[in-house]
Amino acid sequence: MDSLPPVDLLIIGAGPAGLGAAATAAAAGLSVVVLDRATVAGGMPRLCGHSPFGMREFHRIMGGRAYAARLVATAERAGARILANHSAVQITAAGVHVATPDGVRCMAYRRLLLATGLREASRAARLLPGERPMRGILTTGALQGLAYGPGAGSGGLVPFQRPVVLGSELVAASALLTLRHLGIRPLALIEAGAHPVARWPVGLLPRLMGVPCHLNTRIIDIHGRDQVQAVALRHANGSVQRIDCDGLLLTGAFTPDSSLARMAGLRIDPASQGPEIDSFGRCSQPGIYAAGNVLRGVETAGWAWAEGQRTARAILRDLAGDLPPADTGLRIATTGPLRLCLPQNVIPGARHAAHPQLQLRVTRHVHGRLVLRDATGAELWSRRLTGWPERRILIAPARIPTLPSGETAILSITEQATR
Amino acid sequence: MVHDVAIIGAGVVGCAMARRFARAGARVLLLERGADILSGASKANSAILHTGFDAPPDSLELRCMQAGYQEYLTIRHAMNLPLLDTTALVLAWSETEAARLPDILAQAHRNGVADARALTRAEVLAREPRLAASVHAGLLIPGEAVIDPWSAPLAYATEALRHGATLCFGATVQAASFDGAAWLIDTTRGRFGARLVINCAGTHGDHIEALFLGRSHFTIRPRKGQFVIYDKAAAALLGAIVLPVPDDRTKGVVLTRTIFGNLLVGPTAEDQPDRDRATVDPEALTALMQRAETMIPALKNMPVTAVYAGLRPASDAKHYRIHAEPGRGFITVGGIRSTGLTAALGIAAHVFDLCALPDTAPPPQPPPMMPNLAEHLPRDWQHPGYGEIVCHCELVTRREIEAALHADLPPGDFGGLRRRTRCAMGRCQGFGCHARLAELTAGHLTPPLALPRERRNG
Repeated sequence: MDSLPPVDLLIIGAGPAGLGAAATAAAAGLSVVVLDRATVAGGMPRLCGHSPFGMREFHRIMGGRAYAARLVATAERAGARILANHSAVQITAAGVHVATPDGVRCMAYRRLLLATGLREASRAARLLPGERPMRGILTTGALQGLAYGPGAGSGGLVPFQRPVVLGSELVAASALLTLRHLGIRPLALIEAGAHPVARWPVGLLPRLMGVPCHLNTRIIDIHGRDQVQAVALRHANGSVQRIDCDGLLLTGAFTPDSSLARMAGLRIDPASQGPEIDSFGRCSQPGIYAAGNVLRGVETAGWAWAEGQRTARAILRDLAGDLPPADTGLRIATTGPLRLCLPQNVIPGARHAAHPQLQLRVTRHVHGRLVLRDATGAELWSRRLTGWPERRILIAPARIPTLPSGETAILSITEQATR
Repeated sequence: MVHDVAIIGAGVVGCAMARRFARAGARVLLLERGADILSGASKANSAILHTGFDAPPDSLELRCMQAGYQEYLTIRHAMNLPLLDTTALVLAWSETEAARLPDILAQAHRNGVADARALTRAEVLAREPRLAASVHAGLLIPGEAVIDPWSAPLAYATEALRHGATLCFGATVQAASFDGAAWLIDTTRGRFGARLVINCAGTHGDHIEALFLGRSHFTIRPRKGQFVIYDKAAAALLGAIVLPVPDDRTKGVVLTRTIFGNLLVGPTAEDQPDRDRATVDPEALTALMQRAETMIPALKNMPVTAVYAGLRPASDAKHYRIHAEPGRGFITVGGIRSTGLTAALGIAAHVFDLCALPDTAPPPQPPPMMPNLAEHLPRDWQHPGYGEIVCHCELVTRREIEAALHADLPPGDFGGLRRRTRCAMGRCQGFGCHARLAELTAGHLTPPLALPRERRNG
């Protein structure tokens, strides 16, 4: 295996987070290489044919593909080297093993940033019941690839004509728009919860597009060996409905694409399924950082881009010897309806942190008090909290009392009786 | 043309059978109702090469397993078929189970598995430190191993093809008649003639026998098995195949690495009347995962890569149902419930001997070399010139996909391509690669994964 001389910053993943970090670090004078396993850099926005992108970064409304190209151009202009069709396969002490069409290389680095993004949970990971037809069960990401990917042509590729759509997170809006682009009319949109997960436009979009929306509804069976033939649903009142269809589009239920981190032995947060980080984006092994949607469920491209930039600034300070030691923070674990808390390791009093606020997610609608307790159960701090699943919840940690470093505190929610 | 042998069913047993007879110079016809080989029971199993340590003593099943095991070891290098040398541990998780281990060990020795031996709890934990400390005792079966459950039968079928066998897919048998010398077989793909019919129809074996003979000697009682495949990170948690103390009905739930670098737990054993519909259900999958986490606590929070379900062609008795109908050129190979992958080559040799056909071997063809999909051996992506990696989870290259599409026996459907290359078999299950696969397979798969959208204005 060829070994290459070390770069200051090696970034895995040329999506918004990786490219934001690359642009910032390269502009500050670091040697930066960004690896991307896809044949075209740009990450997920590349496959989003619709607006809006770019408002935070470029102060204008752009389509996903133009936005992705702009991110790539910005990073390259700053001096970063972007290598598409380069797959990071393993992180070792000597460097990252990278598969390239010209052979496997070992790429050494002074700092490594994981920006490997996310994926939607597959049918298998969701443990959906029923048969496993060879064709017709797709995630939004796969559908977007068919509609807008490099081989899609002008009109896109059509995998089914009459799908049922599962999920009502924000990405369901993207799914519905992508279906419309392909000339596909979904038969129904199904959501297990009592409310659409996303506020707008998903709550409205099915109605606008004439798609029946079933809340409180679960899939209890899938029929079809070769192609999806039908799904059976159970509604809130217990009634069972069979919908004859030729596809099932799984939207949302994002999970970090953290396999490289996991295989490298980085500490993985069981709550987020992404690598644990501290306030500066540092992972549990020295020299390795993570940013963007590999840290959580999904955030917007603009959010990931800004997070990548802040993490790059932390890396610059690190290389200048200006960061407090790692593993000196307060570790926060979550329970109950709290789905995750980022960062997992809060460095007390950290200035200019990559994560100046706590990012929380809840699994369902909650209304009550957010409580932080120490290992003995004593309450350290609390505040009122109302939250909805998959929506952004930010807490300023400045108000959180500092604890002796290395302690683990438990963040939980005490709910008020619902009216 | 009248074939010497028509084999019904291109599962692992049918493929091995076709290879055995074709190598001996017989004109072989392999009829399969699915679009590809392994469309039925053989596509879903636990992929273990068994020693036969727990098979019924002095049984045909044991003889076929041990002959099949030996032949696999003999031919695997020439065909580039992998083997992951894992060993197996039969583990007792209670005093009651531990009390049964000596009998199992005695049976293993009686079955000729002389190197099987007892392990104390401490010895078990020294070998497998990630196992739960609640384990009581175990047996070590050094010869058990993990193989590629799809490349092996593909190699058998490809070798049959190279020796002149005809493979006919989408051919459901509808009627058959015997004129005293040969069978006329009417299928959905036309009429075929054969002097000898070998019924390897798996979960439809009794139906096929009744269709040919007017009655069946046995009844298939399909037994569903559900499996969970954990992420590759889980494979580091276990070395050996972990087997339970079996009951008298099934081999029980197995925990094992796969040759592809994952960790598998399964199968369930659920009797059902339906012969074709193998569904997964979250309750059973969750129960399997809880069982696995009880054995290896570190599996908690490990992501699930895949789930699947298969139907084992169990019959109304536990033993193999291999039966030759005198004077009518008809042999049924039925009830091959859970040891078919190991025993297939042995079953084929046994049936060939039953037929006493002349062994007019044609000039030997070179055996087909199978592309390596095993995680512990060099994969295609490690060799320059692969073009691009199409499936990132399983690191499947465009070169591999194109080779599979242009192979002697190309995939008949998307499932066949997945089994031949591992594409879309990984943790994202197609989130990242589905579109590219749709492009690359255009013109090769019928029906296609996706169609170009018709332009609105012509």
